[in-house]
Amino acid sequence: MTEDMTGGPDRLGSQWYDSEAGPLVRPYAMTGGRTRSGPAGVRFDLISLVTLDPGAPGADEAALGPEHRTLIDLCRTETQSVAELAAGADLPVGVVRVLLGDLVELGSVTVSRPVPPAQLPDERILREVIDGLRAL
Amino acid sequence: MVTEHSAATDGETAALALKILVAGGFGVGKTTLVGAVSEIRPLRTEELLSEAGQSVDDLDGVDQKVTTTVAMDFGRITIRSGLSLYLFGTPGQDRFWFLWDELSQGALGAVVLADTRRLEDCFPAVDYFEHRRIPFVVAVNCFAGARRYGPEDVSRALDLDSGTPVVLCDARERDSGKEVLIRLVEYAGRMHTARLLDSVG
Repeated sequence: MTEDMTGGPDRLGSQWYDSEAGPLVRPYAMTGGRTRSGPAGVRFDLISLVTLDPGAPGADEAALGPEHRTLIDLCRTETQSVAELAAGADLPVGVVRVLLGDLVELGSVTVSRPVPPAQLPDERILREVIDGLRAL
Repeated sequence: MVTEHSAATDGETAALALKILVAGGFGVGKTTLVGAVSEIRPLRTEELLSEAGQSVDDLDGVDQKVTTTVAMDFGRITIRSGLSLYLFGTPGQDRFWFLWDELSQGALGAVVLADTRRLEDCFPAVDYFEHRRIPFVVAVNCFAGARRYGPEDVSRALDLDSGTPVVLCDARERDSGKEVLIRLVEYAGRMHTARLLDSVG
């Protein structure tokens, strides 16, 4: 389904536009014109982690668009941050936030809340980070 | 057996992502630094600006809704399963300050990259993080051909609060970038402890 939309730009030589020309579909068309995610209205942080719910209904739900499915597929391999999903799906972050809101409402994914700044940074975790960086 | 199980459950709930910002003037090497330490090649996210961008974009009186995109490069370092560090190169242009507000929310700290040939380019970033009390280190990217200054010189020139670390680095070098991040995390920890003591006392 997505092939129809993305197949063109991948073929070299014949097209008059390239990826620099921007998307051929207006971004918020993918969200049905919505710019805010569902009634919950939570704005997902760029590093909020998105996990696929193992008991989630199949991805072929009628309510899902091709972009929803792309996001689900990206989460299949490993937990992803919102920023990684946006890069992976090649969609603007704002669009991904709306689509993720849909998926949360459908129960397909869970999105972690960012850690409140006051609870950051736990001494033990910072130590782990420093040791981890040294070991890289 | 039982303890093992509960330990695993704890680990699962504690899946944690930390955010570090990389700021500085245009062309100072933000994406280079992110790329040098990241385990993935730097990815790019785009944020679409419509209403917010509209008021600040001067299009000489052209009265129409404008959509601008602003790109942010980012990378990732996995410390262990369930604990990862994300590095975000902040957009350089001043008119995207409001994006910084979102980026800096809950951030562990920031690296301000500086080039001694145009030190003034990093003033806005230094101001920004000082005002919001976000821990940051200044990393002087030692470009070939640029005169070498000591960390004290840079600290004085930037009028940094005492204690703010200044590190000389080569943004292309992984080890150098790692050292910058280590200094930042250590400093963020010290600042956090100091604040906790403040609030108790």
